[in-house]
Amino acid sequence: MSVPLRSATLYSNGYPFPLLTSPGWAMPDREFRGSRAGYRHGMDRITEIWGARTPHARDTPWPERVDLQLADGLAESDVDSWVQSACVLCSNGCGCDIAVKDGRVVGVRGRAADVVNRGRLGPKGLFGSWQAHRTDRLTTPLIRRGGRLVETDWDTAMAEVVRRSQELLRESGPLSHGFYTSGQLFLEEYYTLGVIGKAGVGTPHMDGNTRLCTATAAAALKETFGSDGQPACYADVEACDALFLFGHNMAETQTVLWSRVLDRLEGPDRPLLVAVDPRRTKVAEAADVHLAPLPGTNLAFMNGLLRELVEHGWVDRDYVSAHTIGFDDLVATVEPYTPEHVAEICRVSPADLRRAAEIFGTSRRVLSTVLQGFYQSHQATAAACQVNNLHLLRGLIGEPGCGVLQMNGQPTAQNTRECGADGDLPGFRNWDNPAHVEELANLWNVDPLTIPHWAPPTHAMQIWRYAEQGSIRFLWISATNPAVSLPELSRIRSILSSDDLFVVAQDAFRTETTELADVVLPAAMWGEKQGTFTNASRVVHLSEQAVLPPGQARSDLDIFLDYAHRMGFRDRDGNPLITWKDPEGAFDAWRECSRGRPCDYTSLSYAELRGGSGIPWPHGQERLYTDNVFPTAAEECEDYGHDLLTGAGVTPEQYRAARPDGRAFLKALEHTPPPESPSAEYPFLCTTGRTAYHFHTRTKTGRSKPLRDAAPEPWVELSAADAAGLGVEEGDVVRVESARGGVEVPVRTGRCRDGVVFLPFHYGYWDSGSGEHDRAANELTLTEWDPVSKQPLFKISAVRITRKD
Amino acid sequence: MHLATYLGLLHGSLRTLADAFREVASGHGDEPDVRLTCHTLANRIDRQAEKLAPVVERYGEHREAEPERLHAAGLDSARGGGVGLLRDLQDLYALTSFTDITWTVVGQAAQGLRDTELIQVVHACEQDTARQLAWLKTRIKQSAPQALIVG
Ligand code: SF4
Repeated sequence: MSVPLRSATLYSNGYPFPLLTSPGWAMPDREFRGSRAGYRHGMDRITEIWGARTPHARDTPWPERVDLQLADGLAESDVDSWVQSACVLCSNGCGCDIAVKDGRVVGVRGRAADVVNRGRLGPKGLFGSWQAHRTDRLTTPLIRRGGRLVETDWDTAMAEVVRRSQELLRESGPLSHGFYTSGQLFLEEYYTLGVIGKAGVGTPHMDGNTRLCTATAAAALKETFGSDGQPACYADVEACDALFLFGHNMAETQTVLWSRVLDRLEGPDRPLLVAVDPRRTKVAEAADVHLAPLPGTNLAFMNGLLRELVEHGWVDRDYVSAHTIGFDDLVATVEPYTPEHVAEICRVSPADLRRAAEIFGTSRRVLSTVLQGFYQSHQATAAACQVNNLHLLRGLIGEPGCGVLQMNGQPTAQNTRECGADGDLPGFRNWDNPAHVEELANLWNVDPLTIPHWAPPTHAMQIWRYAEQGSIRFLWISATNPAVSLPELSRIRSILSSDDLFVVAQDAFRTETTELADVVLPAAMWGEKQGTFTNASRVVHLSEQAVLPPGQARSDLDIFLDYAHRMGFRDRDGNPLITWKDPEGAFDAWRECSRGRPCDYTSLSYAELRGGSGIPWPHGQERLYTDNVFPTAAEECEDYGHDLLTGAGVTPEQYRAARPDGRAFLKALEHTPPPESPSAEYPFLCTTGRTAYHFHTRTKTGRSKPLRDAAPEPWVELSAADAAGLGVEEGDVVRVESARGGVEVPVRTGRCRDGVVFLPFHYGYWDSGSGEHDRAANELTLTEWDPVSKQPLFKISAVRITRKD
Repeated sequence: MHLATYLGLLHGSLRTLADAFREVASGHGDEPDVRLTCHTLANRIDRQAEKLAPVVERYGEHREAEPERLHAAGLDSARGGGVGLLRDLQDLYALTSFTDITWTVVGQAAQGLRDTELIQVVHACEQDTARQLAWLKTRIKQSAPQALIVG
């Protein structure tokens, strides 16, 4: 059984690439059979995505259930060693042990002691986390010679990277450099990259693909509470009386967290469930109330909910006056959003809206989660802030069962945000606060002017724009695949193919992106290197090295350290800027950097993280804001905030004048129409999203046979009425096309509301077997973003659908 | 009373400003945030003009006959490239500042006349104008280094 191979004619970029011949690239010789999956419970975990139920009552602990997957023919007793880790295939970060036999990864088992999953793993964790290890890997550096990528050695590859880097620094300075990283590396790697970029090179052009998945979570937390940091924890699922999922298809995006919810839904004292999603997802099916606002109208919907709370007096006035500012403005802003008015804008039933508001307003403990349905939409930050506002109006935060989970998409997105590998300064420091910049300058022993802080750090979409315009000429991409994951792919391909742009791509596999790079660096993956990462509920896990990387592949940390060494980055006294040499050294440096900040890691260490469960920052604290004091003091806050309509920055003077002093901001905004709406030419609204069997661009999950077989090809979902209107049936191939591009995919009917269609975003071209660009959802998405979080609007593209005969 | 002259001036400058925002929006379509925000702000400036209309009617709008003296010159066409964007945003900043101070002048007169309707209009529109200036400043600060150093 093999992964479909990339053929020499696969890419229509003009470069035919030879196949990689790495030893042992094929699937492990021991095959899986579905029936053996998760065998401790005798269940096929491809079809039974959430596994067996362990129902329990409110305020009782979530029972353990250990899930296990081993290569066929192996039993637990055959395994040589179990190496502690956590799964990196979504933001849940389920604790697990990696099974090793004869120096190879042969399986995975959930850790019963872990607070995140109590032993459970989902299909991706069971099959996707390790089966790609020996499959089709990049094992040597590649360098472009005469238009083709050819194998080379590390010295040649790194010398070329350093030569171009130094040349451009001499010619044009640090603004010629951009670093585009990931939500899939380890904390130690991000922090090292952050120091290299900010204090070594000194460029503001650093971001990650976390901009695509988690930027709005961070932005909404900063706008409301003054700093990033997840207020709630997963144990709140056990304690809540009502659960609201806003644009969060948890059943597919974090399958183990959904198992946790199902165990409450099927137990005594079932919490009420409200789903806000334009599709009839599994979450929506399980919900007491399902609301399906039209894409592009989330803010109008939220304003309607808030208005109902105010109207019915479901507001804790004492809490609001003691712990928030902005109540009067909020009330005035939401005033026009009567249920009937909201119904007109969002096309939801006013009765359902009233019922949802009543559930929020009258349940004793409410937990809310938010994800891409809000984050990748029009007025994203504003809508996500309104979820925070609902909780603040009732004072439902910082207590068991009460709180907000502004979720992350990717497994280590939290660390990209914390460590400064995205736009932010490390340790949730404020770029506009000279004292914060001074702290970093002292820590790194560099001139504060080296650290770019004259404007907000450059967000990903702007980095790509500068590359397009030719002012960024050196772009280092690590552990991500923008040629499939960014919007409007034809544009991204043309930027990456430009002769003027020197592209370094660092990955474990050849991807659509590496094929367009000038230098490709083979990276070790999970299980082949050591490091820590933090999940969506602030829980930090240590992931140990279980096996050696294949061929010449190196850890991302070693690659960054090598670059720093070769570039000769120095501090103010002429000593090496980066003093650590291994993951634990990097972690210790990061602990110092985080000292005293909201994300304080000083009480964590590798020793502390070994054995037992992952541990949340700060200091093992389950929930933030238990004292109702928020990090909004001017000296402490991570950001002075923005105008939610335009993204205009609030000045330090304006911020101080508002005297937030520990109170949270109730920021409100009126709804405005989305930038793209259906027209006669493009009559449908297209949204994109993740599905249960795949992650990101399938570089790992697409190489696991059970996951690949479960969802081998993309599709489009239409409502039954729309399918009938178009005269198409389940399985018919259609072209879904926007003004920017299109895909050709078979139809699935049923789950969407009329007028809205859905495309999974995972599929690219490495295994498409055709030279056409007609498979990736991002062919048709648009280059637009939220004004505050700068997260692209993947969820709103106007498309037309035509039948292919 | 010269208030009517000033109302005329203000009304005219709002139209000029809205046109200028639209010109920058269409001239810089490859900067999606500029395009979108300029459109949003232009629409809101239209709303300012609408709010002002009944007051203008009440006082009788008086158009200044010497445009070079009191009228803000608009933006003929958008410039290209990174530096062009910077210059256009700066022009918008200057035009918006002119409107901003004109609102201030009109607001002072409204106070003197105890014209509650006009006071409310001025109050709402001044906040919106502050938002325009804040956005322009944010965007200019973001663009300047790249445009001037490596653009
Ligand atoms: S829920 Fe996420 S972290 Fe947990 S096993 Fe599944 S993919 Fe891995």
